[in-house]
Amino acid sequence: MIFLTRRATFSASHYYWNEAWTAEKNEQVFGRCANRNGHGHNYTLEVTVAGEPDPVTGFVVDLKWLKDAIEREVLAAYDHRHLNLEAPEFAKAIPTTENIAIAAWNRLEPAVTKAGGARLSRIRVYETPEIFAEYRGEP
Amino acid sequence: MRAYFGRRYMLSASHRLHADALNAEENRAAYGKCNNPHGHGHNYVVEVLAGGPVDEETGMVVDLGALDASVQTKVLDRFDHANLNLDLLFANRVPTTENLCKAVFELIEDSIAPAELVQVRVEETENNFFEYAGK
Repeated sequence: MIFLTRRATFSASHYYWNEAWTAEKNEQVFGRCANRNGHGHNYTLEVTVAGEPDPVTGFVVDLKWLKDAIEREVLAAYDHRHLNLEAPEFAKAIPTTENIAIAAWNRLEPAVTKAGGARLSRIRVYETPEIFAEYRGEP
Repeated sequence: MRAYFGRRYMLSASHRLHADALNAEENRAAYGKCNNPHGHGHNYVVEVLAGGPVDEETGMVVDLGALDASVQTKVLDRFDHANLNLDLLFANRVPTTENLCKAVFELIEDSIAPAELVQVRVEETENNFFEYAGK
């Protein structure tokens, strides 16, 4: 089994806010991230797929295809966007790094599965070089 | 849904690799430059990986403030700008990065509940790093 990772970057704004809470509780739990005017990050997305190399091409997956799929399924929706206001999955869910990793998985997984050959293994999202979240498709 | 949250910290410390069970010549053979009696130092990167269900109210696996506070008090305050050989944890074990990695895991293991400590990675330089995921 080979694990292959493709990295991509996107820049987006967001804020953390739970509508079920008071303003005081939001500010207490989320601190500066609760500023309703939003703030932004340069995110790095790492997409890892797993599979056996094709006996003819030697590829687990065609990297150009994976690059295009990441751009089409994830970057088109997130890059230079306000995640709370423009990505439908964050109309209710808070766009934390954890939830972005899960949402990117949900966006990409059908395309990877449909292409055949490899399975999506891991999505890692760096919010800054020091902070990241990861989703491995676990329930 | 189970997800993972990772955080990277930096600490600078000195150490000397020297095993009391080996004689001077054997220590030099085993550890080379790292056996220099005066010690040497590194900028270590400590990467902590926590796992657990994503909290439905906060969207988070672990409270970043609580994780930072735990690592600060238990690890960074203890090892940053210190000589690792003089720490009691290394009284009977050589402060290799393998052993530092295990020590960091054990120091913070019980303090990030309800999240679970999944792995600690310690990068000694840009070219070598060590990972420990518990027993």
